[in-house]
Amino acid sequence: MDIMTILALSLETAIGPIAAIYVLAAIGLNMHFGYTGLLNFGQVGFMLVGAYGVAVSVTTFGLPLSVGFVISLGCSAVLALILGIPTLRLRADYLAISTIAVAEVLRLVYRAEFARPVTGGVYGRNSFADAFYDANPLPAGSYGVGDVDFNAGELWLTLACWGLVALGLVMTALLMNSPWGRVIKGIREDEDAVRSLGKDAFTYKLQSLVFGGVFGGLAGAMIALNQQNIHPDQFMPQVTFYLWAMLLLGGVGTLWGPVVGPVIMWFLLTLFDETLRGMASMDVLPFLATSDSGPLRHALVGVVLMVLIVYRPQGLVGNRKEMLVNVK
Amino acid sequence: MSSDATPGAPAAGRDLMSGAEPAVGSGKADPILRADGVRRSFGGLTAVDVDHLEVQRGTITALIGPNGAGKSTLFNVLTGFDRADAGEWTFQGRKFNGLAGHKVAQRGMVRTFQLTKALTRLTVLENMLLAAPGQRGERFFGAFGRWMWTGQEAANRERALELLARFKLDAKKDDIAGSLSGGQRKLLEMARSLMVEPAMVMLDEPMAGVNPALVQSLLEHITSLRDEGTTVLFVEHDMDVIMGISDWIVVLAQGQVIAEGRPADIRSNQQVIDAYLGAHHDEPDAGGAGDEGDRKEGQP
Repeated sequence: MDIMTILALSLETAIGPIAAIYVLAAIGLNMHFGYTGLLNFGQVGFMLVGAYGVAVSVTTFGLPLSVGFVISLGCSAVLALILGIPTLRLRADYLAISTIAVAEVLRLVYRAEFARPVTGGVYGRNSFADAFYDANPLPAGSYGVGDVDFNAGELWLTLACWGLVALGLVMTALLMNSPWGRVIKGIREDEDAVRSLGKDAFTYKLQSLVFGGVFGGLAGAMIALNQQNIHPDQFMPQVTFYLWAMLLLGGVGTLWGPVVGPVIMWFLLTLFDETLRGMASMDVLPFLATSDSGPLRHALVGVVLMVLIVYRPQGLVGNRKEMLVNVK
Repeated sequence: MSSDATPGAPAAGRDLMSGAEPAVGSGKADPILRADGVRRSFGGLTAVDVDHLEVQRGTITALIGPNGAGKSTLFNVLTGFDRADAGEWTFQGRKFNGLAGHKVAQRGMVRTFQLTKALTRLTVLENMLLAAPGQRGERFFGAFGRWMWTGQEAANRERALELLARFKLDAKKDDIAGSLSGGQRKLLEMARSLMVEPAMVMLDEPMAGVNPALVQSLLEHITSLRDEGTTVLFVEHDMDVIMGISDWIVVLAQGQVIAEGRPADIRSNQQVIDAYLGAHHDEPDAGGAGDEGDRKEGQP
């Protein structure tokens, strides 16, 4: 295991589909928390309904994949409305509690025995993504530079994911540089002030929740395409907290923060993982079994995050002065 | 400042008050706001219980009263930031009770807050632009059609810069509002409320925590607002300020209107003096009256 291979593998992860999927979900979370100040601790719930929207439409109901995509986005928008309408008139904490609970309840319902005819229960769903890979215009073969390489299918998916990321960034940039975005940022600062100026804060918050939720659902749909099989237990609450960590790493309330965060985080995760694995297999660290690398890499990422919070609380691309304006 | 002279055009507002009797619930010639039976209680405590109140259009009306008199609660209720238990009120002839806060503002009654609510991480100019009414780019899908709102945005920007210049904040337009001093935030909040083009502004303690030099300029801004035809209703504690600029004063104590009138009427009103200083405070036997003594302790 040489260092170049490890670096190539880490880079491949950082620019690959999984990182792009986390970027998509982080774009949504950034709209919620970074711009509007909504505490969404259940982004994984949106990813779950997004993933199942595609999978269930195709497998259970025999619909085409494209219709499945539309249904998946519709499901995440409806979830946002269900979460938002009762809680967004209340204090911020109510949304936080509801989102974390609803995301977990959704996972339990989707894996329940009674849901098995529709969702496949604990076994989940598979073989629904063929239409996507059949539509691949790229000729078969290997693409890449040196050790970083993708086969045609992987590249097709990677391009689709980053294409959606680009769409998300363009939409976010247009929205946040408009009067709509100004009201949204105003709500983050002080909701009552915005209401006193004649803006209906509730409607804006609901729109923001739906926008971010749809990008969470899109991330879920891309997870389904990437894995070509899904099961409910991959949508655990920690996915949400990885997303939060990535967003904070990149920079909250910035356009590029949700891109930089997941990319760097996946690079580091893979780097630590492969390095530890390599060291274990070479018996450099005799107390370390190969299987220990999983938990240890998260400990190392934790250290990185702690260092970040001490020295760069605004994240990698954030503005420190803006971040600290309310800290006296 | 002198307590008798009104800065700016001295008689403009007072003339409008000439027909009004200095009595609780008195009718005004042309009321912009008319409230009946407004009541709000918190548990067993009745914070506001106003039988009848009218505010004359085009004047500066002050709402005063000791701490806990219910001034801010009445403000919150009238502006849709709190729910009334009972009561009806109309603004410019339209029913306003039960209206949500943002709709109250859209219909011309804009408030400020006792603790300033500058949007700290937005720039001063963004604070102003946010307040402009009826922006096409404010709708979610409208935001994507830049060509639809850039013209409107430019017009709003021009108006915002004019207002900022008037409030001497134009040099700060690109600073984030969080970097302003307390007094400048008060100015910004007032300028921002004018962006909404209100018929009436409700200022909740506009002078609180502002240094004396800035108080003078705030007062001038308030009187010039009145002279331009905007009705001003404000809550304040500083008696010099109130007597100096108000055309009409409404005194609230324990949730009820106990007196109304021109500054001169209020100054000599025994009930008002009692409410502020406690009853019988000049009389030698004050300590003897049991429940009166209790009330006295509750007053500042």
